[in-house]
Amino acid sequence: MATTTATQPRTVGTSRRPRIHWPRIIHKAFVYTLLVSISLFFFFPLLWMMTTAIKPTSQMFQIPPIWIPKPPQWDVFHTTWNRTNFSVYLGNTVLITVLSMIGRVGSCALVGFSFARLRWPGKNVLFLITLSTMMLPFQVLMIPQFLIFKEIGWINTHYPLWVPSFGGAAFYIFLMRQYFMTMPRELDDAAKIDGCGWLGIFWRILLPLSHPALATIAIFTFMSQWNSFLEPLIFLNSSKKYTLALGLAMFRDQFDVDWNAIMAMSFLMVLPCLTIFFLAQKYFIQGISTTGLKG
Amino acid sequence: MLQEHFLTRSRRHESLMGWLFATPWVLGLLLFNLFPFVYSFGLSLTSFRIGYPTEFIWFNNYVEMFTDDPVFGKSFGNTAYFVALGVPLGLVTSLLLALLLNQKVIGVPLFRTMVFVPSIVAGVAVALLWMWILDPNIGLVNHLLREIGIRSPPLWLQDEDWAKPALIVMTLTGAGGATMVIFLAGLQNIPTELYDAARIDGANSLRQFFFVTIPMLSPVILFNTITGIIGAFQVFTLAYVATGGLGGPNNSTMFYALYLYNISFWWGRFGLGAAMAWFMFVVIMVFTMAQLALSKRWVFYAGE
Repeated sequence: MATTTATQPRTVGTSRRPRIHWPRIIHKAFVYTLLVSISLFFFFPLLWMMTTAIKPTSQMFQIPPIWIPKPPQWDVFHTTWNRTNFSVYLGNTVLITVLSMIGRVGSCALVGFSFARLRWPGKNVLFLITLSTMMLPFQVLMIPQFLIFKEIGWINTHYPLWVPSFGGAAFYIFLMRQYFMTMPRELDDAAKIDGCGWLGIFWRILLPLSHPALATIAIFTFMSQWNSFLEPLIFLNSSKKYTLALGLAMFRDQFDVDWNAIMAMSFLMVLPCLTIFFLAQKYFIQGISTTGLKG
Repeated sequence: MLQEHFLTRSRRHESLMGWLFATPWVLGLLLFNLFPFVYSFGLSLTSFRIGYPTEFIWFNNYVEMFTDDPVFGKSFGNTAYFVALGVPLGLVTSLLLALLLNQKVIGVPLFRTMVFVPSIVAGVAVALLWMWILDPNIGLVNHLLREIGIRSPPLWLQDEDWAKPALIVMTLTGAGGATMVIFLAGLQNIPTELYDAARIDGANSLRQFFFVTIPMLSPVILFNTITGIIGAFQVFTLAYVATGGLGGPNNSTMFYALYLYNISFWWGRFGLGAAMAWFMFVVIMVFTMAQLALSKRWVFYAGE
């Protein structure tokens, strides 16, 4: 990178044709070769998932492997949908994910606001405790949580999977607090003079300005809940209640390995995540990079 | 006098509102974090097992773990292997990807997306996909290996020696994800003047990398290392799905979190499970603290 720029300034003279910079061209060619091959390498498994799903059975195990199935069996999605409990799993997963998103965005915004803007006794201690809970692995909490949920009759219901979201989560509270802290206090003062209470400042002034942070929390919550496996595995036991991730894992145990169907189901499960990523790429990447740099 | 009274009143109001706004988390913290946390320590001192009478047995669960359970040791070893090999490999891969994707050439956004997207396909789907790709007989990888003349390629997940490396390869497909993005953001935060200065001093690309990039990136490296290690200690889904929860062959993929799950929810031994969970928590704590302490020697904060 450095050497190419160093050789640059000699071309200014009187030469009629633009000079060709061999080092620069070689460097670019090298970079492009690497970029193309490596990104294909990383992206390839996803493509393989797709082509496996739509391969006719006769071509599944053919050697050498068929890369583009002829003819593609598009109806595999349809048959898998009908043959399995897919629609039930999907409904459960959507319910849990949406409720978790609402709960977590709402609670983390409220609590983050309190930590960022209000002065109250015990705040600093609570904030320290909040930060240290980020180090608690779920494994330490799962057995007591199971026993508590069992005590109140929540096992094999969806409550354990979304109700805790309404209590907030340390990491996202921290994120919201950091975000609110970057906003000028003058906003609050102006609102106060206009007769706004704390709720008004939160709801009418700061919240409308925090779309990026709220979107980040919503997207991260979506991704983690959609793919969550250990919690549903512990808290659910009848297949009517399963989420997609759990259903997919159990589906493999249940039948002879039907790779067509498994890959089709995987692909259908992955599709919403991909869609959300492409729609909200900006918030997603921003969210990740700010957490890493501030953390 | 009146003003003072007004002030304290508004302060009191603010305190009240502060606690009110924080209520969801106060409840969440107590009910779903602190209480279970303390409760699990209490449990770890009992013989609690579903369907059996419970007794208070002091630290016997911990003693049993270390002296009377060969699988415990093996599972801890497996996880240690996974942490020791998987985390550095993952970090280096992510950093190299970030360096490559930080090049200023046309089309980089497309490549970034292609490298990042596989990382959002998490957990179960990844495990299933790679079980298919690594299938000993009909999988793609072994097909290619046979093609280039390797007559008996590894059995991957069905071979004691290859199962863990296979799982590490699976996790590496996510190396283009969050870790890489954080590295990339870190790289883009390094002021270009530093590189200009280094160049004037005659530093070549390699020297620039080691004497500008790495030190400037060190806080981000620390962050990614700590989160990477915490994540690797808890590896569960991949191993569970890939081995049907059994951790085979011959317990070679019986990772700590998987064994902990089996002890608790398969055997119903919640007391012993809680003890294992607490030991895991202590190990993670010690690792994190040690890294924070050691970081003073190698992490460079530009602001200070």
